[in-house]
Amino acid sequence: MTEVKNLEELFQAKIDAEQKIEPKDWMPDAYRKNLIRQISQHAHSEVVGMLPEGNWITRAPSLKRKAILLAKVQDEAGHGLYLYSAVETMGTSREQTIEDLLSGKAKYSSIFNYPTLSWADIGAIGWLVDGAAIMNQVMLCRTSYGPYARAMVRICKEESFHQRQGYEIMAVLAKGSPEQKEMAQDALNRWWWPSLMMFGPTDANSPHSAQSMKWKIKRQSNDELRQTFIDRTVQQAEVIGLSIPDPDLKWNEASQHYDWGAIDWTEFNNVVAGNGPCNKERLAARNKAHNDGTWVREAALAYAAKKAKRKAA
Amino acid sequence: MSNALFTYTLRLADDLLILSQRLGEWCGHGPVLEEDIALTNRALDHLGEARNLLTYAGQVEGKGRTEDDLAYLRMERQYTNVKLVEQPNGDYAHTMVRSFLFDAYHLPLMQALLKSTDEQLAAIAGKSVKEATYHLRASSEWIIRFGDGTEESHQRAQAALDNLWTYTGELFESDAVLEEMTKAGIAPDIAAIKESWSKTVDQVLSEATLKRPADAFMMTGGRKGLHSEHMGFILAEMQHVTRAYPGAEW
Repeated sequence: MTEVKNLEELFQAKIDAEQKIEPKDWMPDAYRKNLIRQISQHAHSEVVGMLPEGNWITRAPSLKRKAILLAKVQDEAGHGLYLYSAVETMGTSREQTIEDLLSGKAKYSSIFNYPTLSWADIGAIGWLVDGAAIMNQVMLCRTSYGPYARAMVRICKEESFHQRQGYEIMAVLAKGSPEQKEMAQDALNRWWWPSLMMFGPTDANSPHSAQSMKWKIKRQSNDELRQTFIDRTVQQAEVIGLSIPDPDLKWNEASQHYDWGAIDWTEFNNVVAGNGPCNKERLAARNKAHNDGTWVREAALAYAAKKAKRKAA
Repeated sequence: MSNALFTYTLRLADDLLILSQRLGEWCGHGPVLEEDIALTNRALDHLGEARNLLTYAGQVEGKGRTEDDLAYLRMERQYTNVKLVEQPNGDYAHTMVRSFLFDAYHLPLMQALLKSTDEQLAAIAGKSVKEATYHLRASSEWIIRFGDGTEESHQRAQAALDNLWTYTGELFESDAVLEEMTKAGIAPDIAAIKESWSKTVDQVLSEATLKRPADAFMMTGGRKGLHSEHMGFILAEMQHVTRAYPGAEW
């Protein structure tokens, strides 16, 4: 018992001294579990996130936009791969992690349970969804677990490009025809609140946050990150002439931040509980891809085994 | 001459654009994450080459049409791709066999176009050869894995091959346009491309323990804009946003 206590103290001392925790280092079970949950959720979000965007690849309105979108969705698949590898460093196989997604046991970011209904949604996802994700991910570049932090450095570079391309899509639409501007505004109206929900519950309602902060898995609270995102995004919307769909939004001179309206947490809880507009479709699509791919993966394994056998003979 | 060059360049572009469009349908639905990445990469390479060719076709035509005008504002009768590339994705064996049959043609074509007397086409080919080499290697590897993998994968690959074989004749058809291009040293001799294709196909199928289908009836018509019924749906999906907002910038 004393020994574990000492190990925990050493572990915490290492974190306090800003040293990274590496896969072979001792770590408390709760730290490991917390990270496996967080990184795998993050990996699943990248992979499920390919679906709403992939939905528009065949319909992108110019070849340049099509190429950018293809490259972007390809990046998301790559992020999924790094993150599944990061989970593996904690001792959980990629197969198991994916199995948990397919069975509905593991969660992914609820934002991807919303549908992409127009081309402008591709802009809104890049601008708002990737923009919100970056807030979290920039913080995670300094997270205490080494492999996760290093995966994040690379992911952040690409996400920041995604955010810019999304904003640019919106900017072009906003200065286009009245119909295009309406399309952009409609997308902003639909994606704004779900994007704010991406930061998670308020600090008062986020029970695991304190421990995550102590372990430096997280370094800023949900509410702090959300506020930074709002302050930045409101100004970006102004620049391109779109309105944030929040009647309570106003600049607060005293706090030097925007005040804003109340998030509908009932909607958030509903989507998390599986009742969002596309929860069933997303999970069904992942399961179908996995099941349809079974024979492909089996063939690859069978061939590799035959080849190895022939080489040995 | 410029008319034939326009048509020839457009044919090269249309094959790639439509194949890219089909491959893009896979995005997010691949059999394993690595393949999702490989498929989007393939789609992206084809699209990049198609864009270069469409832009060039527009310049050759000299009527100010851009890559997007040519991609989004032509109907299926004006599209000149082979029917092979517009065939539905089917299972992964269908998708890979379709790509393999195309890649085995596309690589020697690009290699030969490096020596084209048309500098622009030679330059486009120069960019594409490396990608085309990788595409052929990757699709060949899958054909071998499928053929020599499990009983099921063997059957699926053979079924895809039997099903798609009828679309391969069109890749090597000749007509007045191609003859004019070949005579000018712009296009390579298509018989030599076919020979190279045939050799690759034999090598890969033999290693895959798959049977090369007999050359029975070969489909035709794509180069003249006579497509399968799939084509209208491909274009409807690809073009609808652009056509719904005429003249809009994106």
